[in-house]
Amino acid sequence: MKVGTVVGTVVSTISSPVFDGRKLLLCDLIDPDGTPEGEYLIAVDVVGAGVGETVLILDEGNSARQIVGLDTAPIRAVVVGIVDEIAIGD
Amino acid sequence: MQLGRVIGTVVATVKTPGLEGVKFLIVQPLDRHQEPKGRPVVAADGVHMAGPDELVYIVGSREAAQAMPNTFVPVDHAIVGIVDEVAP
Repeated sequence: MKVGTVVGTVVSTISSPVFDGRKLLLCDLIDPDGTPEGEYLIAVDVVGAGVGETVLILDEGNSARQIVGLDTAPIRAVVVGIVDEIAIGD
Repeated sequence: MQLGRVIGTVVATVKTPGLEGVKFLIVQPLDRHQEPKGRPVVAADGVHMAGPDELVYIVGSREAAQAMPNTFVPVDHAIVGIVDEVAP
């Protein structure tokens, strides 16, 4: 899984049906120390995360399909947690 | 999923079985500031409504084929939504 910061919401009316009623978050990927990596992901939110929060992002299709409960969903990235704290070393 | 801009279309009459009726578009991947990043890709239109200049989001790898009516097809990028806006 990856760690990211939520920087925006993607609003889409016309989309694959599986996205109906789901919130899409634009997330900058960050290093464990909080530095942006320069990459980003659009991820489906299942935990109620919002802009400014540090989140745990799953980026693997089979797990994503299990989470949304639809085995034909064209979904790969899902926000699966809100990070309270990251501690490295002691 | 990533943001992309539709910059062209691809017409192919001869296609592998299962791809009949699938529209292919050339999509320029974008960074999160909506600036071009990397090489354009040919993406299948999973929403059947995307057109030139439209801001879309695309999914890559195996999940792309899941956006197609027949999910066991050789598609590696697909448009899965048209972006109305990216709200801060």
